[in-house]
Amino acid sequence: MLGLNKKDTTFLLIVIALTIATPIILQPFAEGSELAQFNGGYPDLMQKIAIFGIFAVGFNILFGLTGYLSFGHAAFLGIGSYAAVWMMKLLTMNVIPAILLAMIVSGLFAAAIGYVSLRRSGIYFSILTLAFAQMSYKMAYSVLTPLTNGETGLQLSLDDPRILDGAMEGTSLPVTNIFGIAMNSSYKLEALGRVFTFNVGFYFCALIAIIAFYVAIRLFRSPFGMMLRAVKSNQQRMTYTGLDPKPYTLAAFVISGMYAGLAGGLLAAMDPLAGADRMLWTASGEVVIMTILGGAGTLMGPVLGAGVIKYLENIFSKINETVLHGWFHWLPDGIEDVVIWVFARFTGEGWHLTLGVTFMLVVTFLPGGLVEGLKRISTRIKHGSQKRDKYDDPDPEHRPEASKHVA
Amino acid sequence: MSNIDLTRRRVLKTGAVAGAGLALPTIFTSGAHAFTNEPMGGSVTLGFNVPQSGPYADEGADELRAFQLAVEHLNGMGDGGMLNTFSSKALEGNGILGKKVEFVTGDTQTKSDAARASAKSMIEKDGAIMISGGSSSGVAVAVQGLCQEAGVIFMAGLTHSNDTTGKDKKANGFRHFFNAYMSGAALAPVLAARYGTDRNAYHLTADYTWGWTQEESIAAATEALGWNTVNKVRTPLGAGDFSSYITPVLQTDADVLILNHYGGDMVNSLTNAVQFGLRDKMVNNKNFEIVVPLFSRLMARGAGENIQGILGSTNWHWSLQDEGSKAFVKSFGTKYGFPPSQAAHTCYVQTLLYADAVARAGSFNPCAVAEALEGYEFDGLGNGKTLYRADDHQCFKDVLVVRGKENPTSEFDLLEVVEVTPASQVTYAPDHPMFAGGALGACNAG
Amino acid sequence: METILLQLLNGLDKGSAYALIALGLTLIFGTLGVVNFAHGAIFMIGAFCAVTLSRILNWSFETIDPEKLDFLGNPAKIKTPYVEAWFGPEFGGALIDWAVPLAILFSIPIMIAVGFAMERGLIKHFYKRPHADQILVTFGLAIVLQEVIKYFYGANPISTPAPDAFKGSFDFGAMLGFDPNMIIYPYWRLIYFGFAAVVIGAVFSFLQFTTFGMVVRAGMADRETVGLLGINIDRRFTFMFGLAAAVAGLAGVMYAPILSPNYHMGMDFLVLCFVVVVVGGMGSLPGAVAAGFLLGILESFASMNAIKSILPGIDQIIIYLVAIVILLTRPRGLMGKKGVMEE
Repeated sequence: MLGLNKKDTTFLLIVIALTIATPIILQPFAEGSELAQFNGGYPDLMQKIAIFGIFAVGFNILFGLTGYLSFGHAAFLGIGSYAAVWMMKLLTMNVIPAILLAMIVSGLFAAAIGYVSLRRSGIYFSILTLAFAQMSYKMAYSVLTPLTNGETGLQLSLDDPRILDGAMEGTSLPVTNIFGIAMNSSYKLEALGRVFTFNVGFYFCALIAIIAFYVAIRLFRSPFGMMLRAVKSNQQRMTYTGLDPKPYTLAAFVISGMYAGLAGGLLAAMDPLAGADRMLWTASGEVVIMTILGGAGTLMGPVLGAGVIKYLENIFSKINETVLHGWFHWLPDGIEDVVIWVFARFTGEGWHLTLGVTFMLVVTFLPGGLVEGLKRISTRIKHGSQKRDKYDDPDPEHRPEASKHVA
Repeated sequence: MSNIDLTRRRVLKTGAVAGAGLALPTIFTSGAHAFTNEPMGGSVTLGFNVPQSGPYADEGADELRAFQLAVEHLNGMGDGGMLNTFSSKALEGNGILGKKVEFVTGDTQTKSDAARASAKSMIEKDGAIMISGGSSSGVAVAVQGLCQEAGVIFMAGLTHSNDTTGKDKKANGFRHFFNAYMSGAALAPVLAARYGTDRNAYHLTADYTWGWTQEESIAAATEALGWNTVNKVRTPLGAGDFSSYITPVLQTDADVLILNHYGGDMVNSLTNAVQFGLRDKMVNNKNFEIVVPLFSRLMARGAGENIQGILGSTNWHWSLQDEGSKAFVKSFGTKYGFPPSQAAHTCYVQTLLYADAVARAGSFNPCAVAEALEGYEFDGLGNGKTLYRADDHQCFKDVLVVRGKENPTSEFDLLEVVEVTPASQVTYAPDHPMFAGGALGACNAG
Repeated sequence: METILLQLLNGLDKGSAYALIALGLTLIFGTLGVVNFAHGAIFMIGAFCAVTLSRILNWSFETIDPEKLDFLGNPAKIKTPYVEAWFGPEFGGALIDWAVPLAILFSIPIMIAVGFAMERGLIKHFYKRPHADQILVTFGLAIVLQEVIKYFYGANPISTPAPDAFKGSFDFGAMLGFDPNMIIYPYWRLIYFGFAAVVIGAVFSFLQFTTFGMVVRAGMADRETVGLLGINIDRRFTFMFGLAAAVAGLAGVMYAPILSPNYHMGMDFLVLCFVVVVVGGMGSLPGAVAAGFLLGILESFASMNAIKSILPGIDQIIIYLVAIVILLTRPRGLMGKKGVMEE
């Protein structure tokens, strides 16, 4: 179907099904129960997961296929957001032109930055991209404030021209919409003691995420994707066969920059504000980490990594001691205090600790990222408790051998 | 990318459709509630959005303590704190309008994006009807905008920029904290009285919007009293080492250095300035002076003894002797073992003010609450008689001019109050040029 | 002229910090081939060694003074540090005053232990893993270390002053024949620069003039061959990790009076120092040091008012701009070796 082989089609269909059902899947606990805190099925989080999924999938096209580790991809996300908000300020609150402009502008920036940065490889390339992104961030925060509104971030205001939308009526800001359907409208369904929120914005993001995902699958399977893998495995050999790797890598860079711009545009479409923090190096680091955490070079990995990190950030940071007290009030006082103390280190203001520990555990024990974890589980299920002999897995503990040679 | 053949006519058409759509009510929103997150059961949820990670995490923690205390007092637990001294007696210690107060917390990370995401989750997931907290103006403005769109009330925490109730003011947003203009208006007469009217000031300013508004306010206020501004230099946020911005001061004939920095930047720039011997310097036969217009006691600890004798302004200090402040310090100190910071004070007061406005309005509807707060005059919350001005939702109250204490008796005893500038002296017209350019708009109930 | 001289001093001072951290990073790159994102956290831990020692020395017992009242109106508790009670207020006070220099001795064993523990416990499992995995695991470690420090010390900066003897500043200009009071420079910053020079010199002479250093250098060049000669190169590399940690830690201890330590200072320095290392050239120790000083000095010059008035905001981006220019004109930075970290 659609130029995919059978396996990929099934895969895509599963992804589509999962995406459509997200508002239900992320709302597993009954309203009012102690575990309702872990429900993630509210519009903002679902949108963020879809958007950062797109960002990470795009990043993976560059990093997973060519091996070029860009440390400045957040710049394209930020540029996309700024472009989109400006489009909404000047032209129309319809998100389509905003998103298109976001992709075009970030694509242009990616072409320029990529052209320069790709003259170097390895860590020199990473630092060049980092330098460009940091420069963008610093300028956006200070000197370029007329364009970016600096610290506060670019936002809509009542006296924006919005040429196509005509005169403003009323005294409240317009909402982003697609042909009249507001992004923030949602349908709430109360069933099974749970409230399921079906939000227009989320489904819009989900639709675009699925398209982006489909394009990524096609790219991975195409001759172009093959070329990119060749860049990763051995550039020299590629050159000897008479192929110039540079146009291919530059194309991959621009495509992944446009994915980032698309994600940035969507962020602005869901919430019309573009802050400079989006371009900080930690934001660039975040997408690298999402990709590696999920599994670099795999199709599903980056989306999974994005989901896990955004979930941790939004859910764990909100578990405060009062909530913990609600969970453990049935324990005897002394033990309760100890348990709450331990949990409080990892939740609420300690959510960063959970993040750090997760990174370390995943990368140490699941070298292929979360996708590898899932694969292991599915093999375990398929083969039951069938005893495996040592030939199945040459290195069952994935312990790296002592290094023989380090450059 | 399939829209590449979009013609001008079609763009116009889509625009028209989009415009028409805006006028329609959003058909999909479930219409069971009269306004966003109307509390239906026996409890009401407030959202406290404070920095829990990043450089302002300690201030965030202190804000959270104050919120917890306020919720306790509202629910009739503890000793009641400022409820006993508050001029309004609408609150009875049985929650708000009889509904038990519950709260959710979130992490702003002092980034506008993260703060908005956190506030959104409180509104969308937890049903918060009011958002409060924060420790920077960028975050306050960003979250205020979000609350306006979502139709909930925003009670700003620590935000000092003129813009919060100036060009970025919103009908659903309210600020109790003072602002940069007030700092300037309160500080300038004290500076003139102590350092004379013939001074050359050199500004070092954090290079972002808050820094700019403060620089503008202080420069205007001091110039009006006869000071001359030698130079205004912008420094990158989080520069760490400020030596290369401080050495040029030595080469000029400036005799006052004004540090428009906050938080970690303030600590570092002040420490560096003292290290370079600026305070021992004599220029034009006058002693060289350093001024830090916005003080934070929590941060001042990081500067250690360098802060001694430095003048600045603050919204509130625990050593104030009015009944309200004493009651608050007592219940906070008894519960946590140390005195509250100005951030904690403003957050505590904002929570009480919100609850009181709901009680007086008899409704949680944001528009009713906003109406109850607008033009409201109250007393007994630590800053003397205070007015919530209707024109811009800014509180007008006394401002404290403080100085780093020479001989601190404890680790909390870092500042001493030099002068309490009366509210009348820091009041400005709502259309003052430093606050121009924005409009409140209409209140939004969702 | 005075302005330029002063900015040169500022630049040397900033450069010292960059060079010390970059030196440690390069030692780890060069010897172990590991991209260590936790190196900034090590610098931060060093600074907190100074804070910790000053806390230990200030460890006090409380006596109740009925004369004075605390903020709640209860009788105040007066804290007296144990050292003052044991050694008398004079010597005890001096000990507290000298906490930062004393922390140098205190920090060396701690930092080496931290380095060993990191290398043996975590990093050694990642030698053969891709650099991206190394980045993720060390980044995770850095976050964990930060959060631990935040739990114990809070998020606000902590004042850690230099001893009274080194407060104030030195009239540098008068010595060189300028007008007095034109070029004055704080003693502690001059000491920091001298200290950095000594540490850098010590590391270089250690590598250059000792057998151990020779073996390590040989190992950096060709690990396999050195291993075949029957030398246990792994153990030496572990030691080098400890050394790198100690260098970063010392840089942190001495920097505490200049920059009040806070838990995120490591991350603030990390990115800059990566830029420094790469501009210097991967695997080159002299390159890292040279780039550290070069970028420090350029940063200082860029913040001069005369330059800022022509190019507003240049001081914000100068380091990155210079990095781009250097990397585009010299493919492997200032003194990088071919083939190191280029894939």
